[in-house]
Amino acid sequence: MNKNKEKLLNSRYRAEKRFQFYGKSAIFLALLFLTIFIFKIFSTGYTAFQKTWLIVPVTFDAETLYLDENPSKEDLEDADYFDLALQTMFDLDKSASEKQQNDLKRMVSYFFEREIKRELLNDPSLIGKTKDVYLTASDDLDQVFKGNYPRDLPEDQRRVTDYQLKIFDQLVEQGRVESKFNLSFFIYPDSREAELAGIASSFMGSIFSILVCLVIAFPVAVLAAIYLEEFAPKNRFTDFIEVNINNLAAVPSIVFGLLGLGILLAVFQLPRSTPLVGGITLSLMTLPTIIIACRASLKAVPPSIREAALAMGASKMQTTMHHTVPLSMPGTLSGTIIGLAQALGETAPLILIGMVAFVNTIPGSPLDPAASLPVQIYIWAESAERGFVEKVSACIMVLLGFLIIMNLFAQIIRHKFEKKWS
Amino acid sequence: MLLGFTSYYFGRKKAYSIQATNTRLTALPQFYGYYLAIWCAIPAFIIYSLWAIFEPSIVKLIILSDYSNQGYLDDELNLIYEKTKSLSRGQFSGEITPYLETSAEKYLNLRSIAQNSKIVLILAIIIASIVYGYKRISSNNRTREPVEKFLNAVLFTASLAAILTTIGIVFSLIFQTIDFFKVIPLFDFIFGTHWYPAKAFVRDASEPLDPSMYSDTFGAVPIFAGTFFIALIAMCVAIPIGLMSGIYLAEYASTKVRQYAKPLIEILAGIPTVVYGFFAALTVGPFLKDIGTAMGLEVSAESALAAGGVMGIMIIPFISSLSDDVITSVPQGLRDGSYAMGATKSETIKKVIFPAALPGIVGSILLGVSRAVGETMIVVMASGLAANLTFNPLESTSTITAQIVVILIGDQAFGDPKTQAAFALGMTLFLVTLSLNIFALRVVKKYREKYE
Repeated sequence: MNKNKEKLLNSRYRAEKRFQFYGKSAIFLALLFLTIFIFKIFSTGYTAFQKTWLIVPVTFDAETLYLDENPSKEDLEDADYFDLALQTMFDLDKSASEKQQNDLKRMVSYFFEREIKRELLNDPSLIGKTKDVYLTASDDLDQVFKGNYPRDLPEDQRRVTDYQLKIFDQLVEQGRVESKFNLSFFIYPDSREAELAGIASSFMGSIFSILVCLVIAFPVAVLAAIYLEEFAPKNRFTDFIEVNINNLAAVPSIVFGLLGLGILLAVFQLPRSTPLVGGITLSLMTLPTIIIACRASLKAVPPSIREAALAMGASKMQTTMHHTVPLSMPGTLSGTIIGLAQALGETAPLILIGMVAFVNTIPGSPLDPAASLPVQIYIWAESAERGFVEKVSACIMVLLGFLIIMNLFAQIIRHKFEKKWS
Repeated sequence: MLLGFTSYYFGRKKAYSIQATNTRLTALPQFYGYYLAIWCAIPAFIIYSLWAIFEPSIVKLIILSDYSNQGYLDDELNLIYEKTKSLSRGQFSGEITPYLETSAEKYLNLRSIAQNSKIVLILAIIIASIVYGYKRISSNNRTREPVEKFLNAVLFTASLAAILTTIGIVFSLIFQTIDFFKVIPLFDFIFGTHWYPAKAFVRDASEPLDPSMYSDTFGAVPIFAGTFFIALIAMCVAIPIGLMSGIYLAEYASTKVRQYAKPLIEILAGIPTVVYGFFAALTVGPFLKDIGTAMGLEVSAESALAAGGVMGIMIIPFISSLSDDVITSVPQGLRDGSYAMGATKSETIKKVIFPAALPGIVGSILLGVSRAVGETMIVVMASGLAANLTFNPLESTSTITAQIVVILIGDQAFGDPKTQAAFALGMTLFLVTLSLNIFALRVVKKYREKYE
């Protein structure tokens, strides 16, 4: 009898242990996913911040540039650099066949003549001389140099030819290949060529959308929250508004995209693909988040503050505007930032209103067509070229960096400025 | 704006001057300032917006009155008007008739007249209303009440924004959806088993709509099934992990573990979905495929399993933090009672706390399901875009959200059944998630009331 009891007790203790183990492993799994996730992004993405350059001797021959003696600045500006640029590449291997010459040309980026041009414009006295010029390597060679490219594939399955690899290895041996910080990733707009593609256009698009979203959502949400929390009579109508807000907070984001498409674009005829429309759509999405945050922090202001103000003869409106609302601002602001961070990461509604268009200029205002960072991630992730994979990861790192900064900022505001009532 | 500030300043100044003469004011000086500023801004603003609304149609009326007795149809008149507008902007390419040219000139003329008269009128109104308001400022005139009434009205209008958004959603969806069901019978949509919207794309736009062409094109069953299936996979990942970690955090974890683990898990909720999509497409999909080939199974690189699994990871924090909240709010008395009867901690959780918290947990799971159903980017990037009717997790399927994106990406032609189909899907999605949310929120609320 006693033995049985002990057995039972032991098995119950084992069950207890097991249960705890399940709980621990669930948390462990969740954190494991997070780690794998971040590790994966960083390990594929960090190389994108480096860019491979070929250092090639360029002879600035006036004849190949079709220039007269003593050319003026404008002449240099207008000159045709293409043949010079081609010649430069062909000089790497003088015995190259026609097909191999084509390969040589493809070793550098698509617009490499511009890099040569810039060099000469910076220093016009180079004419007739030879100088080592940094040329952006093609995205495939870039990947080869970073070790992301499977070199042992048979030749017909990769975009880099054996010949290109041979020349490239020679250049590496001569120390003519260098890896430097990839500034162009941050200052160039999107491009079809992976080695030239940058996030500047989508970054500005994101900034504009978020600004539009902030300008619209913040005032409306704060005013609405003040009304609902401080002034609204308790009746069916205000109940209805409340239910509405709670539901809007859980409506899938793509439905807001349909709203933007069906109302903003089709009825109001706003310009497609612009951060203006994107911002308005996002602001409708963030509205409930900010309203809920603002109401919570208004609710947290103790009634004694209100009573004191009312006792001093302030009207209800004065009490609210001069005392309650300023005291609730830290909570509201941190809620707003979190809402904006959500909006910043949103993709689907922006795709529907056409912000997936290929944009190769940097937008200067909310009325110019633009992409946004998450949409840029989507666009690049869908393109087949290997060079874009690391770009996607790098873009994700930039986006996550922003989200982390915004969330930290929200935390700091909350902890530093929020009064603790006790 | 500038005028508003100056009028605020003047109003306040006058109030101060009255105060200086030792008369008692009925409101603070600032209110006189606000009062005047409101007087300055509102009438002008109202007139301005009315003008902006009516100007185009009046101009159009005047322009088209030239053509009124030539027997044009309405559509042709509209076309003429559009031509006139683009000609006046100098962007018109096409045959320019003398008629058009005179209309364009007239149009430009009218526009400039309108512009000038608008400015004059609005300035006049501003000045008139300022003068009126200024005169009304006196010691015994109440200004606080009207100002506060006005502010109250502004606040009330702002709170309507949420309702307006809901109405906007319903309106943007409903018209297209109704048009869609005029062409495609509702029955075919709900019970048809073939979904090939691409078929509708080859139609020549000039041909009249032929409903029979679309039979067997817009049967949404494969999509509904795919949505349900992927959400099911996601919940299979999210419920055990989310629930167990919620329970552990609420009942077992020390404050220190809780302090760090909770925000870390919640990071998972803050990661943008497009990032998950990339992760699923680039890492999880090929990984599953490799495992599958190693085990001799045929696994598509864009499998429902990859999309659903990653979606499940995304939903973990929703379920864990909601069920954590729910479990924490179970009264301590229930626990103490159970311990007093000699139950171990896990027995207490399983037999006492879990049943007590069940409604709240069900609510949190339902909210998670509604997330999964509405999730877009993961499916678009990681699962297939062709709608297969399959329940094999290793093949690719498609969901409502993914189909909406597929149809609407790029240029859309309104009035095309294909575009309308996307809106019909959106309507379905909206209704499904709405009812899930309402039900879940109600369950959670009921549960809260029970223990408060």
